[in-house]
Amino acid sequence: MSTELNLTLKIWRQAGPDAPGAFDTIAAPGINDEMSFLEMLDVVNERLINDGKEAVVFDHDCREGICGTCSLMIDGQAHGPQKGTATCQLHMRKFADGQEITIEPWRATAFPVVKDLMVDRSAFDRIIESGGYITAETGGASDANLTPIPKPVADAAMDAAACIGCGACVAACPNSAANLFTAAKVSHLNLLPQGQAERYSRVEAMVDTMEDFFGSCTNHGECQEACPKEISIDFIAMMNKDYLKSKFKNRKTLSRN
Amino acid sequence: MRGQIKRTADTDRFSRWKRTGVTSAAMATTTVARGSADAGSKAKRKAPFPVEFYRSALGKKYVMALTGIMLMGFVFAHMVGNLKMYLGAEDINHYGEFLRELLVPILPRTVFLWLLRGGLITAFALHIHAAYSLTRMNHAARTVGYQAKRDYIAANFASRTMRWTGVIFALFLVWHLFDLSWTGTGATWVRGQAYQNIDNSLSRVPVALLYIVANLALGIHLFHGAWSLFQSMGWNNPRFNPMRRNFAAGFAGLIVLGNVSFPIAVLAGIVGN
Amino acid sequence: MELNSKIPAGPLAEKWTNYKFERKLVTPANRRKYDIIVVGTGLAGGAAAATLGEQGYNVKAFTFHDSPRRAHSIAAQGGINAAKNYKGDGDSVQRLFYDTVKGGDFRSREANVYRLAEESVRIIDQMTAQGVPFAREYGGLLDNRSFGGAQVSRTFYARGQTGQQLLLGVYSQLARQIGLGNVELHNRTELIDVVVVDGKAAGIVVRDLLTGEISSHSAHAVVLATGGYSNSFFLSTNAMACNVTAAWRAHRKGAAFANPCYTQIHPTCIPQSDDFQSKLTLMSESLRNDGRIWCPKSPDETRSPELIPEEDRDYYLERRYPSFGNLAPRDIASRAAKIVVDEGKGVGPLKNGVYLDFAEAIGRLGEDTIRERYGNLFEMYERITNESPYKMPMRIYPAVHYTMGGLWVDYELMTTVPGLYAAGEANFSDHGANRLGASALMQGLADGYFVLPNTISNYLAPQLGTTPVPTDHPEFQAAEATAKARFDGYLAIGGTRSPDSFHQELGKIMWDYCGMERTKTGLEKALSEIPALHEEFRKNLRVTGSGETTNQTLEKAARVDDFFELAQVMCLDALTREESCGGHFRAEHQTGEGEAERDDEHFAHVAAWEWTGNASAPNRHTEPLTFENIHLAVRSYK
Repeated sequence: MSTELNLTLKIWRQAGPDAPGAFDTIAAPGINDEMSFLEMLDVVNERLINDGKEAVVFDHDCREGICGTCSLMIDGQAHGPQKGTATCQLHMRKFADGQEITIEPWRATAFPVVKDLMVDRSAFDRIIESGGYITAETGGASDANLTPIPKPVADAAMDAAACIGCGACVAACPNSAANLFTAAKVSHLNLLPQGQAERYSRVEAMVDTMEDFFGSCTNHGECQEACPKEISIDFIAMMNKDYLKSKFKNRKTLSRN
Repeated sequence: MRGQIKRTADTDRFSRWKRTGVTSAAMATTTVARGSADAGSKAKRKAPFPVEFYRSALGKKYVMALTGIMLMGFVFAHMVGNLKMYLGAEDINHYGEFLRELLVPILPRTVFLWLLRGGLITAFALHIHAAYSLTRMNHAARTVGYQAKRDYIAANFASRTMRWTGVIFALFLVWHLFDLSWTGTGATWVRGQAYQNIDNSLSRVPVALLYIVANLALGIHLFHGAWSLFQSMGWNNPRFNPMRRNFAAGFAGLIVLGNVSFPIAVLAGIVGN
Repeated sequence: MELNSKIPAGPLAEKWTNYKFERKLVTPANRRKYDIIVVGTGLAGGAAAATLGEQGYNVKAFTFHDSPRRAHSIAAQGGINAAKNYKGDGDSVQRLFYDTVKGGDFRSREANVYRLAEESVRIIDQMTAQGVPFAREYGGLLDNRSFGGAQVSRTFYARGQTGQQLLLGVYSQLARQIGLGNVELHNRTELIDVVVVDGKAAGIVVRDLLTGEISSHSAHAVVLATGGYSNSFFLSTNAMACNVTAAWRAHRKGAAFANPCYTQIHPTCIPQSDDFQSKLTLMSESLRNDGRIWCPKSPDETRSPELIPEEDRDYYLERRYPSFGNLAPRDIASRAAKIVVDEGKGVGPLKNGVYLDFAEAIGRLGEDTIRERYGNLFEMYERITNESPYKMPMRIYPAVHYTMGGLWVDYELMTTVPGLYAAGEANFSDHGANRLGASALMQGLADGYFVLPNTISNYLAPQLGTTPVPTDHPEFQAAEATAKARFDGYLAIGGTRSPDSFHQELGKIMWDYCGMERTKTGLEKALSEIPALHEEFRKNLRVTGSGETTNQTLEKAARVDDFFELAQVMCLDALTREESCGGHFRAEHQTGEGEAERDDEHFAHVAAWEWTGNASAPNRHTEPLTFENIHLAVRSYK
């Protein structure tokens, strides 16, 4: 069933945010191909500790591909070579014996390296804080079935809402743009009837905040390929349209169709 | 707090290209109380709304798409007009004269042509300015790049070389204007004698090659641009989406085919004296 | 130690309404004079912080993640229960209440569970208003699915990502309050001690995970919403960083720890494939709506599953529990799987699983329908195992998933330390000895949105005009010094074994002796092995790196240290509870058919443990459970 892989890892090591970093070559022999990529790193860390060396710092948590904590640029691809898969769900059977694997942190000015492979993605939180919500204070909600939502609408909102906020879109984008993340968040809420009241103020605030941190979208489509949830760049087009409207629409007449 | 130190450092990195320093206050205090995140953005909003809109990256992308559409229209009309080459000297020279006579007698001779040219120049200027600002923004968004090789999946040669194909074509354009509209570039040149001028200039093999290379660059630029504009404009509909790529490829192909045919036709002697 | 549950008087259905009217209030203008600390930003903590912020209190929220959106609530797949009765199939608050008490094997408080069932209805309204894209029918109304332990369809869901969508809803509300300045968020900051001054919660000591800096924060009240402790088993479905430290530190400062032995073993997880495995992956219970569980009849079976004819298969859940069949509650389904695997009938390369087969459902409904319902789960399964569930039955096996036990809280969610509250999985309150599927999300949100924001004012109101204890108070100083010494200590040991290796060994002891089936001898063995291993940990631990920058090895060491102490009280609790109930199965107490045998006469109570300074010898207190509205019955799903 399982086979053993002997790998060479080139891992980015950086002591702190302002320290210079460099690739460290670490041999990783005897890696079982049933392992997940992060379990492989666990094994490597365990060996480092046993050798009295400092373990490689990397972000991870749920290991089920849903929390969005894990990251890693693996051989030049965000979350590695398997499409639609976060690093934690990537398995070693995708790699060959004798392979050299290069592991680098996400690179973007808005995602400064904290240490080794860990980066700070707080800029995403700033985007959400600026408008990524529907104002619905606790206790005032009406019955959930009062507003029927057509299934295709609910499904489209869910497609956008699947975003796990991992930052792969920014990491993969040649421009470090966060348009896919922001568009997914904007579209999720702007598609739903509940989100209409704040539709234009939301897109305006979120896009403006996004542009304070990230680059601009030039429609490479690289983000869509890197996204572990395979979120479509169609949402970016949707966001662009809403943003245009936010600038030109007379908001006093928003309730008239 | 750690947050303060770290975010202040961020601020320094951003302040070079951020539109305002507003978020620096927000970022520096991420772990302590602060006001509404968009309160700051509101304060600076004073310019007329189209200017405001253009200040945003998304706005610039709209402008790039809109001016792109105008330029595409021009490129297309230019190519179609030049096909008159194949009908002979009289046809194309007459066509040139027709352009100068547009909307006469509503407007005096050449006035409308100059209005068109003015629009075109504005579109070019905006297209280039937007591209330049966005490129700067994108560079600032990743000051430390990937140290290992990237492996792109979707980003293709066309999309990643937009700024180079754009620059190459813009430089060619200047030369092209000197060559055929303003002064000539060494070959016999007579104002208003379009057919003869083209024939004389393109009969030189290096010049013919230059036209071919420049138009290939234009084709590559259009291949991405004519697709990209749909995204930037928000023109997205599952029914039509598959056609967007085909439109871009078809349009770019058509332009390249038409434009490259001229130097080849001249060199091959199909067109000329 | 006094355990006063403060259950309001009056008929069951009126208790919560009466309480809400009778509690003391803080007027809106006065709320800004109160500071509240909320630790943890999952469903319970995030909802509480957002709501308290909305109401006007000064809230400080703490998460050890980089963003509040990462909390492990996000990984819940299947759904959330609510007594909406949109399907008109006979659901009601009363029925959800009954199902939950019965599902918990009659080891939970009636009043708490009834309140939970009442609030369940409002949760769906609240979350829909926030933009949670729950699954819809073609008519646009909300869809429901069925879950284990219920005979009505009351589970709301958002594909296989219900927890994620609910958490993102909560996070969006929290983010809004952060943006408005009502909540101050401290990310990548871990609680390392709770400070009690004059018998009341005064604040917390935290460690900045990026700089190692230790600091104190004080407030009028402290809410812990820090999740469960399944990771004491090392291998569980919990996220890697889930830990007991916050609850345990509170426990050491006087908060009683209730029913620690109640752990839920989830029946449908992907079986372990080797020793290097770092965690187990859950496959949603919703799969049991359409999947049929079976194992070969013969232990010597070697054929591939699709070649095994019907007569050689044992659909053991359908056989043993005909009325609930494959949707038998989790504890029962898990134990049934363990029995067949122990008999040698396990499947897979390590013979450590049973089949969950969709062939029949695919034949009946078509592959497209199955893909629509479970597509993302099937993909996840295939990514991990390299086998397609469309072609081959899934292999599943039970794994530790949730802990019903936790900090003891009264009706107001206050622990035995005044001013210290516990919400969500961190408390013990609503699930008794076993939690029904899709009820954890319900409880977390009920606690955070509707219970805590109502009960906390009852404690705060009388304190009007007081200021929080300053953080230079000697108690804070002492706690900081102790914490610093503790972390320096881990670094100074300089032994030979990593924190993970200890954790793994501890987990194995726990799984072997305090897992799905417990015996007196096994537990006693565990109770002798754990302190010995803890002693070795203290002497032979190796933590590399320093305490001044991000050091995940050091973080792990501190968490494992607390797991050692917790593990002992878990085993003690399991040992002293001489009955089988829910997730706690003592081999000595079973019927002739192998079903759990409860002892209501002696154990119809909550066991709450008090810290004595010695992890091996805590004090056991009891809170009797009285059932006035439900008749205690043998829990049967046959």
